[in-house]
This record gives sequence, structure tokens and C-alpha cells, in this order.
Amino acid sequence: MNAGRDRTARRPWGFLSGGLRRVGISGHAAVLLAPTLWLAIFFILPLLIVFKISLSAFALGRPPYLPMFEWAADESLSITLHFSNFLFLLRDTLYVNAYINSLRIAAISTIISLLIAFPMAWYIARSDEKYRNLLLMLVILPFWTSFLLRVYAWMGFLSRNGIINNILMALGITDQPLTMLQTEGAVFVGIVYTYLPFMVLPLYTTLVKLDQSLIEASADLGARPFTTFRTVILPLSMPGVIAGSMLVFIPAIGEFVIPALLGGAETLMIGRVLWDEFFANRDWPVASAVAIVMLVILLIPILLLNSAQNAVVEKDA
Amino acid sequence: MHKSCLITLPFALMASSAIAQTVNVYNWSDYIAEDTIEQFEAQTGISVNYDVFDSNEIVEAKLLAGNSGYDVVVPSGFFLERQIPLGLFQPLDKSKLPNLANLDPEITARVAEHDPGNEYAVTYMWGTTGLGYDIGAVTERLGEDGPLESWDMLFDPEIAAKLADCGIAALDAPVEMVAIALNYLGLDPNSEDPADLEAAEELYASVRPYIRYFHSSQYISDLANGEVCLSVGYSGDVFIAVDRAAEADRGVEVTYVIPTEGASLWFDMMAIPADAPNPEAAHAFINFILEPEISAGITNYVWYANPNAAADAFVDPEILADPAIYPTEAVMANLFAPKARTPGYDRLLTRAWTRIKTGQ
Repeated sequence: MNAGRDRTARRPWGFLSGGLRRVGISGHAAVLLAPTLWLAIFFILPLLIVFKISLSAFALGRPPYLPMFEWAADESLSITLHFSNFLFLLRDTLYVNAYINSLRIAAISTIISLLIAFPMAWYIARSDEKYRNLLLMLVILPFWTSFLLRVYAWMGFLSRNGIINNILMALGITDQPLTMLQTEGAVFVGIVYTYLPFMVLPLYTTLVKLDQSLIEASADLGARPFTTFRTVILPLSMPGVIAGSMLVFIPAIGEFVIPALLGGAETLMIGRVLWDEFFANRDWPVASAVAIVMLVILLIPILLLNSAQNAVVEKDA
Repeated sequence: MHKSCLITLPFALMASSAIAQTVNVYNWSDYIAEDTIEQFEAQTGISVNYDVFDSNEIVEAKLLAGNSGYDVVVPSGFFLERQIPLGLFQPLDKSKLPNLANLDPEITARVAEHDPGNEYAVTYMWGTTGLGYDIGAVTERLGEDGPLESWDMLFDPEIAAKLADCGIAALDAPVEMVAIALNYLGLDPNSEDPADLEAAEELYASVRPYIRYFHSSQYISDLANGEVCLSVGYSGDVFIAVDRAAEADRGVEVTYVIPTEGASLWFDMMAIPADAPNPEAAHAFINFILEPEISAGITNYVWYANPNAAADAFVDPEILADPAIYPTEAVMANLFAPKARTPGYDRLLTRAWTRIKTGQ
């Protein structure tokens, strides 16, 4: 015991924590300082800049917006806030439709991912321990090549002269090539394919911890498999379901690359609207307003999912 | 070849000692000969970072953001025109561009409309925006006497409907696409009247269900592969498709047509951004492009006309004689040149364009 205490006393960084304590910073605060600074510099600050631009007026020039603060000749500071950008978003149905469509596509993709990922995760979690790591490895394997490359590969699969159409026509299932690329269906395929591992992994971690004896008990008490799934397995795997859904849903809303490459022009998503505002209209203020509104809209489902997760955790506790 | 090496050798020695070592070039995709950069590097000792884009809007967005890092950019004249007054470019130092003497005075006079006094930019290549076809697929659907020489192919709903299944592609370039529609309707292609814009929008709405996508470079490979059978396209880009289709030899034959109603005529212009890190090397690059054999080499490879009168001797006679690349006087008179749009009109235009594209 004594020897142990001596060793801690001789910790080489002891003087550091002592010094910090003397100026009123506890070790706890010091540890939190790094992530707080990180968040402030790389999240809060850029967000404030974007917010500031969203309240300025467009002007063709460099930078392409008017300054918010100006020293007038009489040495007064004039601050000009243009709320017109936000009102513009409300007035034009394009933006509202794009937000709604993004939410819808993200939600449907999340549900499809969940339906595919659940059996996968279940199978991996129930398989022999020897093979589990190998199977998990296979889930992660696609990440070894570039995401962009994999989306391009899908273009090769789905195009009219692509692999799928060639196989279907060779088998005589269709005589005309099907139009699959540049449709909303292709966007679903792309999103589900890309984000599936993010759904499988959290589901796996909860399912692998699931106590087998609970399932046996349920069966012993006469529950049919579906009842067991509904009343035992599903509630216990909720933390994984929610975590996975967040990991798929949130990035899918702002997705730009997949709808741009696989979707048609009529697949309206907010990521593309944002790109158009920035690169086609060169209108930074409206682009910033679109981004701010997207963040606010994203916060709602995140808060809902978060409170659902907290509820699950509390119930467990 | 050997002779030209000997002539340029002293220049190369001079240049490599005097000029810093990299130049960042931002040019349109598929728009340079395979060996142009290699030759420039060998001659001057300046290494090239070559980056590509497929829309004028992107170039403008990058220039407006500032610190783009590019030494040479190649926007079209009708965009450059409004970028010059914003101070985005630096005036050319003509003493460093002795090859300006090679330029065709007629082209130089035409682009002075975009760049008064030719102070800021030099034409890189020029061309037209017309229609590209997969001839086989189109004649199969329209018979031998389809109006291939007319914009009816795109704008007549009955014809477009017949081509919808083999695929129609359009450029994602609002200024040009709307100008083409206005011209087809017999209106001024450079009109900024909202009523005219609405008319153009209605025209597109009438054929929108038959247009598969809007993209400014995808159609090159899609035409060549038979993935689409009709595309609005930039002349030289369609010729790339012609070439690729012939190479692949899978029964696809592609053609480029300047429709009789007229097509848009544009000039892509090399300019040096105001904040270019290496204007010295940028001048060397521009001057190098203006070498007759280099200009001709690019034209022979990308099938766009160059503004270089001295290069004609080195341009493939077949290309020089092709009226789709070097249009005849009569066709030339029928072409219209898009002008810069005012910023106020921009938003109306892009909004209308988004409505056209998305059907919203």
C-alpha cells in the first residue's frame, strides 16, 4: 500500500497538476479543455462565420457579399442585418421541397438499412466466435477503397449498358434495358450501400451482448419466435437501433455526392441545392442561410433520437 | 520536330533559369493535347499542376472566394467579361507574350467585345454549342428524314418523345441553354426580359420529361457508348465522342451538327488571376500555348478551332476544312455570342434553371 502511494507521489507530471491547481484549474477541467477548444475552433467559430454571412447581402465581388459592420463617416458603427435570405427560403417552394425531400429520402434509406442490417448483425453476433471477426472485417472491407470510386462502380452496374442490364437481357428477363441510373431508386441504393456498415456495427455490438438465456426463457414460457423478437430482442437492441439510425440518417440528409452521381435532375436534395447556391448562383448569403436552416432541421431528429436513447438507457438503469 | 526543338532550346535555357518552378493551370476538362504539358515542362523547366472544371460557374465561384492558387484560368468570354471589372484578373504584360503576333486579328477583334482592348485575356480555343447524335439510334426512331439539322430535335415535344427512350442529355449551363432556347423562339438570345425567360422555361418544360439529365461533360462518354442518342454539346467534346465511339467500334456512330437556326459561339480565354502566385510562369505558359505548333497540336487533338493564324499550317487539313469546327462565313453569320449576364438577372436565371432541371 505504502509503496503504491509513493509511486503515485513520484509521478513526473505531479508538479503540473499541482501548478494548475494553484491557478484554479483542476485536472478535470484541463482534460476537458482540449476538446472544448477543438469544438470552439472547428465547430462553433465556423458556424458563427456562416451565420454572419447568412445575414449579409449578396454582391458580385470578392468576397461576394457586403460587409455587416461598417464605420460611418461620423465615427458610428453601422451594423446591417439582412434577414431577407431566410425569408427568401420560406417564400420559394424550392427550398422547402428540398428539405422535405431530403428528410424523406434519408428516412426511407435509414429504414431500408435497418431492415438489411438487422439480420446481418444478428447472424454475425450469433455465429461462431472464430468467424465473427472475419465477418466484421468483411463489413468494413469496402472502406478500404475510396467512397467516390465505389459510387462510380454503382454507375457501372446501373447504367443502361451496365452489368445488371446486360445480365437481365442475356437471361431474357427484359428485352429493353431498364433505366435505373439517374432515378431516385439509384439514390436509395447508393445511400443504403454506403452507410450500411454504420448500421451493422452498432447493432452488432448490442446484439452480441444480448443474453442468450433471456431468449431461451422467452421460448420456454411459450412465446413464439416473433413474440420473442418483438418483446425481448427488439427492446434490448434499441440502443444499437437508435445509434445506427442516427449514423445513417444524419449524413444521408446532407448527402451531395450520391444524389449528384446516381440521382436524376429531379432528385431534389438539400446538399445539391446548397452546391447550386454556392457554385451556380455564387450567392454565399443564401447558401449560408440554407446551411443554417439545415442544421436547425437536423437538430430536431437528433434531439428526438437522443431523448429516445436516453429513455432506453434510463429504463435499463 | 527536330528543327523546332533547336529553335526553342535557347528560350528553354533562358526560361528555366529566370522563372520559378511551378504554374497552376485551371482549364476545361478534355481540352488539351496529351503532350502539351510535357512539352512545356521540357522546354521551360516549369512544372505544371493541371486541374480541370466543366462549368464557368465553378470557375467564378473559386475566383470570387479568392486565393484560388491558380496562375492561369480559362473561363469563357461571356463570363470573363463581367469578372474583369471585379478586379479578378491582372492585366497581361504583353512584352512577355511575343507570340500574340500569331493571333488571327479577326478573332482578336471579336473577343475585344468581352475584354475591351484585349488587356486581360488571350483566346485559348473557340467553338460552338450544337447537337451531338448517335446517328444509328436516331434514324432508327425517326427514319431517314428526321430534322437532324434543326433544334426541333430537342425542342419539338413529338420528336423528343421518340428519342426519350434512347436518351437525351442537355448541358448544365444556364446562360447558354437559355440563350439557345431564346434563339429557337426567335427572341434575342441575350435578352434579360423576365417574360422571355419565362417563354424559354415553358419551352423546356414542354420537353423536360424526355430529357434524361443535365450535365456538362458526362455526355461525352455517354454518346460514345450509346448511353444517350442526342445531346446538346460543345463542338469539340462531341468530336471526342465521335472518336471514342469509332475506337470502341461497337456500332455507335456519333456526329456533331450546328443547327440551321444558329448555335452559340464562344471563346475560352486564358487569363491570370489578380492573386496568382506565379504570374511570371503564367505568362510563359500562355505564350507557349500561342506557339503555332502547340496551338495546332491542341486543335488536332481536341478538335476545337484555335485563334492562331500562324497555326493553320500545322492543323490537320481535314479539321481545317471541317465547317463544324471552322465554320464557313455563312454559318458564322448565323451564330450568336452569349454576353455577360447582369448579377441581378443571374438569380432569376438560375432559379428558372433549377425549376427546369427539377420540374419544381
